[in-house]
Amino acid sequence: MEIVRKKQTMSLSRREAIWAYILIGPWIVGFIVFTLGPMIASMVFSFTNYSVVHSVEFVGLKNFSEMLFGDYRFWHSLKVTLTYAVVAIPMGLVIGLLLALLLNTNVPGIAVWRTLYYTPSVVSGVAVAVLWSYIFNPRFGIMNWLLGLVKIHGPGWLSDPKWALPALIIMSLWGVGGGMIIYLAGLQGIPTALYEAAEIDGANSAQRFLNITLPLITPVLFYNLIIGIISTFQIFTSVYVMTAGGPVESTLFYNLYLYNNAFRYQRMGYASALAWMLFLVVLLMTLLVFRSSAAWVYYEGQLRKR
Amino acid sequence: MATISLSTRFRGLRFQKLFGKIMALFLLTVGSLLVMLPLVWMLSTSLKTDDNAVVFPPEWIPRENLKVDIDGKPRFVYNVPINGEMRQLAFLGKKVFVNPSNPTEQYTIDTPVAKLQKVSYVSIHWENYFSGLTKNVPFFSYMGNTLIIVFWSTVGVLISCILVAYGFSRFRAPWIDILFLILLSTIMLPAQVTLIPTFVLFQKLGWYDTYLPLIVPAFFANAWDVFLLRQFFMTVPLELDDAAKIDGAGPLGVLWHILLPQAWPAVATVSIFHILYAWNDFFGPLIYLQSQSKWTVAIGLQSYQAMYSRQLASMMSAATVTMLPCLIIFFIAQRLFIQGVVVSGIKG
Repeated sequence: MEIVRKKQTMSLSRREAIWAYILIGPWIVGFIVFTLGPMIASMVFSFTNYSVVHSVEFVGLKNFSEMLFGDYRFWHSLKVTLTYAVVAIPMGLVIGLLLALLLNTNVPGIAVWRTLYYTPSVVSGVAVAVLWSYIFNPRFGIMNWLLGLVKIHGPGWLSDPKWALPALIIMSLWGVGGGMIIYLAGLQGIPTALYEAAEIDGANSAQRFLNITLPLITPVLFYNLIIGIISTFQIFTSVYVMTAGGPVESTLFYNLYLYNNAFRYQRMGYASALAWMLFLVVLLMTLLVFRSSAAWVYYEGQLRKR
Repeated sequence: MATISLSTRFRGLRFQKLFGKIMALFLLTVGSLLVMLPLVWMLSTSLKTDDNAVVFPPEWIPRENLKVDIDGKPRFVYNVPINGEMRQLAFLGKKVFVNPSNPTEQYTIDTPVAKLQKVSYVSIHWENYFSGLTKNVPFFSYMGNTLIIVFWSTVGVLISCILVAYGFSRFRAPWIDILFLILLSTIMLPAQVTLIPTFVLFQKLGWYDTYLPLIVPAFFANAWDVFLLRQFFMTVPLELDDAAKIDGAGPLGVLWHILLPQAWPAVATVSIFHILYAWNDFFGPLIYLQSQSKWTVAIGLQSYQAMYSRQLASMMSAATVTMLPCLIIFFIAQRLFIQGVVVSGIKG
């Protein structure tokens, strides 16, 4: 009797395991074919001069040494991408948070405002890039028209090496609604009891913001920062459509340079090396942010511990 | 005494709150005008003629200048003040104006013509959305192509991600927790790292210049959507599964009768986000599709801009048509959208 029952449970758990693997099977196959296999292959490619035009040769670390010591475009594209990141990400974080704070003040029609501000985040890709490339047109675009309203003579934007990158940063701010939605959810999750208690203790609104709102919203800030870093290194469509990296390579983003190597110059091996370097840089930046998070990100678990 | 000071303080607070609210409303209004301006400009430009689209400063309501035929030549009509009365007269040149309905009635006006205002009328060019879209490029066939890719890849994502998420949320098996961690870690992996070998693989399979590279991978699940669905499946109580099992339902029966009906908001969210992603995808079609007859709207619009950059009005109508499905889906399914963003944001 005992043995029979044990056997049955054994077979039951085994059946469960078999079902589990049948169900997650598509992902396992996909992981091996479209992720793990290509990862290994691109690692191997990065040590070769692989290209569709000639035969493959193993070149050791040549791609990496060329990248680091002989390719000014690599450093330049890294600089462009990081400059964009250092300016656009903080601006987006702050403006998104400010909008969420404004919306969180019990203004009437919150749903309407939320919809209005979120709408640009819904549209993306080529259509947006095409639209903005005309908005920045110095002759008839509305950017310089708007500046003209406040008596500023606007620059040539996308045709001016000094102003093309700032133009892309301005365009990125159009999408702050996406971050705003996440902040807003975080703000609405803060217990009102905390504010009531602070008010009784005589805290003014600035103190309430600095001691309650800001600490409790840091996890969301942290999340948006990480997403911002990752997506900056993915920027492609807008640059490809609007500037193609120009003028004078002033908007040669890392990802565009990688694309050019892979599909324009047919240097697949070198492009693979660039891809791994990108992974390394993003990983490093993410780790740095994670490391720093102990100092500035506030998790509610800490509140309970004290 | 005490009550008086308290009530004035209270009034002060109330005034402060009201003032704050008005400031907030003011800032929100200005901000939302700025945010909406590009879309309004796009819409208004898309309904103009190509010539009027580049007029500066921009006219928000599409207008055209009135022209009349005088002796077989088109002439602009101006608002001309004559003896304190505003008349609409056609300009013949050299200070000479005529009454369009009676060309013998001529006037010589000393005011420079540049200081006079042309007569204009509202003219909305809806045809930009029909003949305009097929004038140079077969935009509607691009839309058809895109819809094929969107449809099949969405089917793939739904089938595979639902099954995989179900496996990860309801079944115990050796190694399954580690596999789930691996799945999650692929979210962090930049696509560039696998890009080139994947491209070579599809090329070797003979799939270059077909839709297969854009559809087939969708059938093998992706980390983001599996994660979202699993999170949702986890919230459905296990007792419901057990009840169905007692009624004789197998594993797929439980999924179909219990989990899916409960988790439809998550399923809808995943579908919506994937549809938008596939509709807007530019990079995939750019590297895999070569023949123009197979292009998607994203590629079509980009090459349209590269080749016919002067045709601003029809380009803006093409951009509007490209954005429209996304906007419509957003306005219909707003709640799901915002929930989806928030769930992946807060819990992710």
